[in-house]
Amino acid sequence: MMRPRRGRIWLFFYAVLYLAFLYLPVLFLPLFSFNDSAFIAFPLVGFTTKWYAQMLADSAMHQALWNSLKVGFAVALISTALGLLAAKALTRYRLPGGAAVLGFTSLPLFIPDIVLGISILILLNAVGMPLSLMSVVLGHVLICAPFAITVLMSRFDGFDRSLEEASLDLGENAWTTFWRITFPLVLPGIISSLLLTFIVSFDEFLIAYFLAGTDATLPIYIWGQLRFPYKLPVVLALGAVILIVSCVLVVIAEWVRGLGVDGKRPVGA
Amino acid sequence: MDDAYIRIDRITKRFSGVTAVDRVDLSIRRGEFFSLLGPSGCGKTTLLRMIAGFEYPDEGEIHIDGLPVTDLPPNKRPSNMVFQSYAIFPHLNVADNIGYGLRRAGLTKAERNARIEEALAMIRLPDMGKRKADQLSGGQRQRVALARALVNRPKVLLLDEPLGALDKRLREAMQIELRQIQKTVGITFVFVTHDQEEALSMSDRIAVMSSGQVLQIADPRTLYEKPNCREVADFIGTMNFFEGTVIGTGGDITEIDAGAAGRLQARNVAVALSAPGTEVLLAVRPEKIALNTANSASLIGRVSAAAYLGERSHLQVSVEGLKNPIAVAAQMATQHAGAQVSLSWAADAAIVLPRE
Repeated sequence: MMRPRRGRIWLFFYAVLYLAFLYLPVLFLPLFSFNDSAFIAFPLVGFTTKWYAQMLADSAMHQALWNSLKVGFAVALISTALGLLAAKALTRYRLPGGAAVLGFTSLPLFIPDIVLGISILILLNAVGMPLSLMSVVLGHVLICAPFAITVLMSRFDGFDRSLEEASLDLGENAWTTFWRITFPLVLPGIISSLLLTFIVSFDEFLIAYFLAGTDATLPIYIWGQLRFPYKLPVVLALGAVILIVSCVLVVIAEWVRGLGVDGKRPVGA
Repeated sequence: MDDAYIRIDRITKRFSGVTAVDRVDLSIRRGEFFSLLGPSGCGKTTLLRMIAGFEYPDEGEIHIDGLPVTDLPPNKRPSNMVFQSYAIFPHLNVADNIGYGLRRAGLTKAERNARIEEALAMIRLPDMGKRKADQLSGGQRQRVALARALVNRPKVLLLDEPLGALDKRLREAMQIELRQIQKTVGITFVFVTHDQEEALSMSDRIAVMSSGQVLQIADPRTLYEKPNCREVADFIGTMNFFEGTVIGTGGDITEIDAGAAGRLQARNVAVALSAPGTEVLLAVRPEKIALNTANSASLIGRVSAAAYLGERSHLQVSVEGLKNPIAVAAQMATQHAGAQVSLSWAADAAIVLPRE
């Protein structure tokens, strides 16, 4: 075995520090959400679940949660459907300017959300479309579609083209080939894309804040609650729940993505 | 041309300016084992994919059994294909893979299952129907791909280097098995390969391709013994070449001045190549060259390398004035490197080709 050298020990400490900086603040969320005090400070006073009870009793929160779920589902479905079409086109056909198309669809990832939010707001005003959850869906699809395309393209890339050709050769047309061969083989990618785009939409604040009008999504509701110091523990409880659900969904998404038969060429072929 | 089962008329295919297949004419007979042979990039796979319908030709027509198929998609053609990667559907088991194309054949479930059973028996994998694709070995995948194509009883089976991924012994066993299956089912096979031994041992006829064009179409023996150009002679087996000029013809013997190799003779040279002064290429197979005997041609050289291969020995003989050593394959050669030998061959063994 290799002896740990001095450099390795420093690297180890660096990694520990880095992870602590990354995750300790996040861990304070669930910690203080069970603390029996309205003040977020050490020492901890006592264990309570009353903040969770208050959270569950809040009807405005229910409405915001329901809005976020509706937006999330719609965004997940639309951006995954668009991503599926784009990924198939970009990986299967010799598209003129395919690289440029991919670049432009990914661009919203690199434009600051605040800029994106304002520009969509101006556009919607110009065409006279009222602000509602619909406009939030529009904005979210713009930032979620690149995620869907990336996830689905990696699935299509590792997929032997002759599988689809073999299906055509055996008598199926393009449509039935898609349902009998392509869809089952990219299904893990589709599920993974649905989950990821849902989470991105569910957690998104800035664009929703600009485009939601009077219908608050959950992050907007939380932002509103932060004005009242005595409500902070309730927000922490809500944050803890969202955190755990998000983590679970991401883990499932990544697990499903690597799952199943991958349709790659056998080794040596 | 009236016995053509697959007729290919002046097919041309270009990919972004590069001509992959260049004005190819082919006529393949019913029930024939026909091979497209050539180095990689010669256009043989593109030609096969045009017969299958995965590529459409820029010019020319394809007919299968009298039916014009040039513009038909793959699912409307009476052909099935065995892919180089086998393309076994990874989410289906063996039986579902084999039965994939039968769903549209209008058969009852019982008839379908009977056909699948029959196909599994043919490829000697009975009771394997429930196996998943990733539980199969390379040779088994190859056979499942074959069964999946043949179960539809196509008029033509297209095979794209199907044995390329197998190791040598398995490949040789599959060559024999494939040939037997072809004889049994009587379906026309079009087989693409870059392996000349494979093509020679399996095919009824072979089309040798290079740079998108067909150089020669012939049965294996003719291809080996009467190649029609330097490229074919060079690609199939080993060949010794001598550049020379025709001196004259007397009876059926043509005399050729081959410079440092001396005066060489050939029998029954084509009229176009036998006029005095014609620049020609004289080709001789290594196994046609005899050691130590004086015959119609005699060359003195020195063995520069000798390899003993059991049933025969391969010698390289350097002759003064010749650029390349002469390859000789002899059955009972005892000469070692450095030995002086004399080489000769019969006038019948010499092939006279045009000089390009």
